[in-house]
Amino acid sequence: MRILTIDTSAVASAAVLDFDPQDLARTARVVANFATKDTRSHAEVLAPGVKSLFTDPVTEGPALDAIIVGTGPGPFTGLRSGITVARTLAFTWGVKLYGMMSLDALAQQVFDTPRYVDGRAVAPLAMADFVVATDARRQEVYWAKYSASAALIDGPHVGPAADILPVQVFGAGAGIYAQQLAAGGCVVEASFSQEQPTALELGRAAMRKIAAAGSLEGAGFLDSTPLYMRESDAKVPGPRKRAL
Amino acid sequence: MNQSNPLILGIESSCDETGVGLVRGTTLLTNTVSSSMEEHVRFGGVIPEIASRAHLDAFVPTLQQALSDAGVTLADVDAIAVTSGPGLAGALMVGVSAAKALALATGKPLYAINHLVAHVGVGLLDESIAAVYQGGQLPEKLGALLVSGGHTEILRVRSLASDVELLGATIDDAAGEAFDKVARLLGLNYPGGPAIDRLAREGNAKAIRFPRGLTMPKYMGTAEAPGPHRYDFSFSGLKTAVARCVEGYEARGEAVPVADVAASFQEAVLDVITAKAVLACKEQGITTLLLGGGVAANSRLRELAQQRCLAAGITLLVPKLSLCTDNGAMVAALGAQLVMNGVAPSDLAFAPDSSMPVTSISL
Ligand SMILES: [Zn+2]
Repeated sequence: MRILTIDTSAVASAAVLDFDPQDLARTARVVANFATKDTRSHAEVLAPGVKSLFTDPVTEGPALDAIIVGTGPGPFTGLRSGITVARTLAFTWGVKLYGMMSLDALAQQVFDTPRYVDGRAVAPLAMADFVVATDARRQEVYWAKYSASAALIDGPHVGPAADILPVQVFGAGAGIYAQQLAAGGCVVEASFSQEQPTALELGRAAMRKIAAAGSLEGAGFLDSTPLYMRESDAKVPGPRKRAL
Repeated sequence: MNQSNPLILGIESSCDETGVGLVRGTTLLTNTVSSSMEEHVRFGGVIPEIASRAHLDAFVPTLQQALSDAGVTLADVDAIAVTSGPGLAGALMVGVSAAKALALATGKPLYAINHLVAHVGVGLLDESIAAVYQGGQLPEKLGALLVSGGHTEILRVRSLASDVELLGATIDDAAGEAFDKVARLLGLNYPGGPAIDRLAREGNAKAIRFPRGLTMPKYMGTAEAPGPHRYDFSFSGLKTAVARCVEGYEARGEAVPVADVAASFQEAVLDVITAKAVLACKEQGITTLLLGGGVAANSRLRELAQQRCLAAGITLLVPKLSLCTDNGAMVAALGAQLVMNGVAPSDLAFAPDSSMPVTSISL
């Protein structure tokens, strides 16, 4: 099975992964991967980045089994550029499109990262339920709570970091509000306090879902509706003030 | 690629319409538009975030509809054209991202196109005025007057593909925006243009003398020594004057003569617009003026422009309204001109530019 994943909930990223759902451990491989560092140039860089994953996108695209797009939460403009690209590619190539919550990518990465002591992996980074958080701007974070095996327990939410009750917190959102989180009894993993969701980790999480379900259809993916979590700021204007 | 009569797919998302048009050379195949206007009504104006959300959901269905209406497939298309500016940044991003994905998925060349110049190029698609364009060519000495909720400009068009110049523009609100704001002052619904146009027919345009922005000698100068804003517009002072006027009636406990206010306001806007456009034409040797933008729907604008152009010996061209408002066909029409003139396509890495100047016809 070959999938293209796209995530623009923070950085602009895309990846192609190939695997046999019956034997994930032995067959899973990253065919190609693209990710930016910056979080503000999605409309420029994403399409060239996706193009770079293929030798010939015109023939290889239609042969994909699925496109999976991160549906956020994340800053709206960037998020939309990834979902627009994913929807347009899926339509043009005639490939199935699924959505996945972007914070799942970070949770997958936490799950895959061991804790090192003296250069030796001694334990998983998260031993119990944990939270991943990204920057929601306006003094808030997008966050969700996962089990130690990276299964979603609660979320996604948007709100001040202070809303997060004492757990281990991972991700760029934790890095920004490390002091507030610590004050609330949370533990911020310094080695993981700048990480952002990426298409590569989203793809790894997707592969795990597909392998566990035995099929794409049964894997419990979302559709590609963006998880905005906030209304537009628009206010219906009140009645005009009269002069008398 | 068919370079003499190319099939172009055009994408427009600079404001609140999601447009996909298909054009072969100068022949319009289809012009499919999905508008989020209804969603903006209760806010009294276009809300950029709401427009962007609507573009995201409208794009693929609009594309599908356009292809099926025209009876063509993506494989038939020679090139893709997309509005890259000017316009609302978040709205532009959606159309640009979609167009890039379409180009990469199909391997077709992509043209990042100037929205304002596309408003001029659309004239080539209207059979009723194409005759004036003599076989798919623009007339010599062409100017354009673009009036909409997002822009108000006078352009000189020497060549659609390579030489367009901005002669004048609004320095604050767009004319259509002034209509929306004044409509709200008068308790009329959004969009304000049609509401004011209708009401103004019952009113006296000379009842109240509202200010004509940037018409004082210090701004105008003379033909030989032009002032700093000879061909420019300003509507924010006018909007304030209307507000003061309405408040005046209220303070005196009098009923606001809404029809007279609407008519007088409309006249103030359109008087300046048409007077300056005709002045620019006369002084710049422009003999044909093309009208574009949504405000071209305004009956008084058409009437006044026709009158004044006729008096000055200028030929006025008004494409049909569905081509004047923002749409994908106009983007495709300009794209076709670029292909036919051998202009190189854009790099896939281009950035949308919300304030793209008219001198930049494509990126
Ligand atoms: Zn326009």
